[in-house]
Amino acid sequence: MRTWKVIFVLVLLFFGFLTAAFVKEARQGGKENLGAPEETPIEKCVEGFFQILSLSSPLYAEETPSLSTDSPEGEAGSAAEDSPETEDDAVSENRAGLNNLWVLIATFLVFFMQLGFMLVEAGFSRAKNAVNIMMKNVIDFAVGSLAFFVVGFGLMWGLDKCGFCGTRYFLPTSADVFKVNPELGWTFFLFQSVFCATSATIVSGAMAERTKFTSYLIYSLVISALIYPIFGAWTWGGGWLGRLGFHDFAGSTVVHSVGGWLALAGAATLGPRVGKYSADGRVNAIPGHHILMGALGVLFLWFGWFGFNPGSTLAVNSSIGYIAVTTNLAAAAGAVSAMVLASLVYGVSDATMTLNGILAGLVAITAGCDVVSPLGAILIGAMAGCLVIGSLLFIDRVLKIDDPVGAISVHAVCGTFGTICTGLFAADGTGLFYGGGTKFLLIQLLGAGIALVWALSFGFILFQAIKRTVGLRVSRHEELRGLDIEEHGMQAYPNFDTWTTV
Amino acid sequence: MKLIIAYIQPESLNDVKQALLKENIAKLSVVNALGCGHQLGYTEQYRGVVSEVNLLKKVRLEIAVNDDYLEKTLDVLIETARTGHIGDGKIFVVDLLDCIRIRTGERGKEAIG
Repeated sequence: MRTWKVIFVLVLLFFGFLTAAFVKEARQGGKENLGAPEETPIEKCVEGFFQILSLSSPLYAEETPSLSTDSPEGEAGSAAEDSPETEDDAVSENRAGLNNLWVLIATFLVFFMQLGFMLVEAGFSRAKNAVNIMMKNVIDFAVGSLAFFVVGFGLMWGLDKCGFCGTRYFLPTSADVFKVNPELGWTFFLFQSVFCATSATIVSGAMAERTKFTSYLIYSLVISALIYPIFGAWTWGGGWLGRLGFHDFAGSTVVHSVGGWLALAGAATLGPRVGKYSADGRVNAIPGHHILMGALGVLFLWFGWFGFNPGSTLAVNSSIGYIAVTTNLAAAAGAVSAMVLASLVYGVSDATMTLNGILAGLVAITAGCDVVSPLGAILIGAMAGCLVIGSLLFIDRVLKIDDPVGAISVHAVCGTFGTICTGLFAADGTGLFYGGGTKFLLIQLLGAGIALVWALSFGFILFQAIKRTVGLRVSRHEELRGLDIEEHGMQAYPNFDTWTTV
Repeated sequence: MKLIIAYIQPESLNDVKQALLKENIAKLSVVNALGCGHQLGYTEQYRGVVSEVNLLKKVRLEIAVNDDYLEKTLDVLIETARTGHIGDGKIFVVDLLDCIRIRTGERGKEAIG
């Protein structure tokens, strides 16, 4: 314990030093880090930063932000007519190919996050429900992919005269997707699909170990087809929130908060697992069955996040490295701050809290990973790491909402926190700490609030409707015995001795 | 002195343990067990092949008690492990010849309590 106190003081000094450095940087208006301030598009500023360090290769540095370049071969026939101007030189063709390649790699990394979610949730819940968790994470991606193709993509990216949600591009064709994004086309579509799946799969963790499988299928269909795409249309699809200047680069709000608030609605509607709260109000721990598996999942998520954030540039330019750095720093700071705080509170370095701290840092940095400075990223991550512990305890002990893996704290709370922090830390001159005034901060607050209202109200209506019709929760007998046997007719570990862990 | 051997459903273990503690019966052993009784089995399915599972997972409790604690312990066990469904389990009570606490060498009544 004494060692931990010393470490705590050291870490506090370290973060204090970084804060001082940050204050100095903010006073200078972020000029040092972000290049010439008069260049308003942030990518330009960030590129400037890398040019100073001569890290950027000439090919990328010459790039213009315009998307009106060639569409890939094969689709050129239908798409070329839609592009306002076509450059025929080899350079732009190479660039389009590179952009497609990078965004596809990022897409595959984001897909890999699905594995991360599956392992985190399975590891942090009991062995008797492992098959059920696995099935939920596999099948919500499958259902979500189909629903997003049929309805979701159109609702999100087909904004027309109706400002509420998109009204065209349902069952998109090649012509449609290249109209939405002339350069990336289907790459863009797939990238959006995996983002949608990420949002959908967050909820399964909070509702783990007691939800009816069929009810979960209905939920994952609705979020992929309606809840996520409509909110996405408001922010990324050219809707009113986006036009206000709401900045959510890779989805702290759009993906994580929406999923997280839905998780809150779901977990609250379901009620706690049997044995979580005693009749006298005592809170019981229900330990997960495989901490290594949970840790593996967290590291998979960290890895996948290098596609989630840097891939959201939708182009190959020098800012992808910058974004990867801010992403990594926030995760690292989240891990350290959560570990130290948990050690101070509990006297031991708690593994699950540390792992949650990593995720908290990652979720929080997602909104502003392109506009905050590396110092800002560290501070955001460190604060998120502390916030997630407070939030986990608050939800567990005060609200008495049973969230087996901490999805609500990690995704809803830290996502909202990160979105607001972007209004404070944005180093492009709009953030409050950089003298940008409160306007941007208020827009960020509004966006985060709208996500809360939208997802929570839609979530409560949806889960109540499911509860009243097909039923949301399995029977007590089935829950005690484990969902694996009752819902799926098998056990995850038939050759292992698992049954005294109740 | 009696030895109580009880086979109960794994999911009721936590409740049973808490209730026994409340009655000051804190010394027990728990062993995983497989068994079959009147409950019959259930079917499992693995890659389309259905298999009957006849041996079910149970938990075996072993509690050594002095005679004056016997009825109290049995009451707690019955009360907390009973759901009213087939498969709740069985309790066996056998006479205990002796009991020795290894650390002190105490025997009999003192060693149990």
